[in-house]
Amino acid sequence: MTPLLIAQIGLTLFVFFMLLNSAAIMVYVERKVAALLQQRLGPYLVGPKGLLQPLADVIKLMFKEELRPKAADWFLFALAPIISAACAFAAFAVVPFGAQTTFFGLLKEPIKLQVADVNVAVLVIFAIASMSVYGIVLAGWSSNSKYSLLGGLRSSAQMISYELSYGLALASVLIIGNSLSLTDIVNGQSGYWFHVIPRWFIFLQPVGFLIYLTAGVAETNRAPFDFPEAEQELVAGYHTEYSSMSFAMFFLAEYINMVTVSAVATNLFLGGWHGPFLPEYLGWIWFLIKVAALLFFYVWMRWTLPRYRYDQLMTFGWKILLPLAVINLLVTAAGVLYFGV
Amino acid sequence: MTLFYLFGAVAVIASLLVIAQRNPIYSVLLLIAAFGALSGLYVLLDAPFVAVIQIIVYAGAIMVLFLFVVMLLNAPHEETEHDEKVHPLRRPGPMRFGAALAVALVVELLWALTRDGGEPAAFEAPAVSSVRTIGHVLFTDYAFAFEVTSLLIIAAMVGAVVLAKRDSHSGGASAPPM
Repeated sequence: MTPLLIAQIGLTLFVFFMLLNSAAIMVYVERKVAALLQQRLGPYLVGPKGLLQPLADVIKLMFKEELRPKAADWFLFALAPIISAACAFAAFAVVPFGAQTTFFGLLKEPIKLQVADVNVAVLVIFAIASMSVYGIVLAGWSSNSKYSLLGGLRSSAQMISYELSYGLALASVLIIGNSLSLTDIVNGQSGYWFHVIPRWFIFLQPVGFLIYLTAGVAETNRAPFDFPEAEQELVAGYHTEYSSMSFAMFFLAEYINMVTVSAVATNLFLGGWHGPFLPEYLGWIWFLIKVAALLFFYVWMRWTLPRYRYDQLMTFGWKILLPLAVINLLVTAAGVLYFGV
Repeated sequence: MTLFYLFGAVAVIASLLVIAQRNPIYSVLLLIAAFGALSGLYVLLDAPFVAVIQIIVYAGAIMVLFLFVVMLLNAPHEETEHDEKVHPLRRPGPMRFGAALAVALVVELLWALTRDGGEPAAFEAPAVSSVRTIGHVLFTDYAFAFEVTSLLIIAAMVGAVVLAKRDSHSGGASAPPM
């Protein structure tokens, strides 16, 4: 048990714990921001300013009765929320959230603030996003109910459609960043142009950033693209037959996917943990600020924009976003070839 | 080494269970598990890019389509109670052929496992593990294969669109609001 191993295990547990916390915080933030946008108060009774509301929600969900329809395929019915939640957590394992640190000299060598620094990190995130489709498809199928099946198939069709634009936006950043490792991409964004403008890739890839964010929002079934879980909200889509902690796991997965998309967008486009005024080892504060800004944007979008109808959603994904992403890739490649990076 | 045996065991057992399931959805899921194990074996062979691409393309996209097809076509459970009581070589035509083929394959496998391996230097493949190297080789040495593959994919896509369109045309009514 070298100190390095202890630090790695501690880091893994810390990331897991913080993801769970972030889901709880997002529950509160969503309700409070939604309320303020709609000119009402939101939760204010439980704890000071309603801050303990997520705790109350979790306790309520834990005490609810766990239903299982008799005709449901019990193995797949139990497996689906597990797949969703596991993929949501796993995707964050390759996201770095700070510079290398030795924890104030406690360790002999610095460790990266990243659970696993694989050199194909961007592809791993994409792969795990592809796998999380199965959670939804299996949930829809195993519930053995027509609404669930339709909702599950629609939602997964939406997810695999927007994965293409997601991947092409990632590819555009890869051309500029010149590496598949997220740490290298973030380190390529340090420094300033003309001492004022930070070298973030969002300035080189504005269209790519918008495509990535749009595809990310559609991937997580949120905001204007939440038709599969909203129209049938009267009947609730693929999680109709789920209750108590299974339902909680689906929503946990959704919030953590949001956090992962925001974190990856921060690393790819907004410079990760680089920022002015703070020393390198406090970079995680900047990371948190940027991720929080993107998450607020997510919530803001949900409660401001009307949702797309399903055919409008698919038309947008295939006929508008995908060609735009391809053109963006071509222009990026031409630019890199001409100007050289 | 233990990781190799672990992934190998998962791959073999999952593949065998694929054909042993009555419910086709379980078969699809077990195949996905087999692909996951294969991906692990690729990582052990120092090919992380291939491993991740296997998950993205095969387990993440192709198998999702398989799953859609199995779900939408409502593939029934296999009715095999009577046939299971009869000796494999006496079952109806296709099963008999399959059983004979399985015997032939087992014999070949035993033969392959018991003879001496070839020269270790027989496979002089250069180490092509990094993405940069793969991309370079793909666009220079294997550019023809790459372009032909893209032609094949376009042909398949066009074929799929034509087949799907023809059904809704002859049906007369508009496509179901799916």
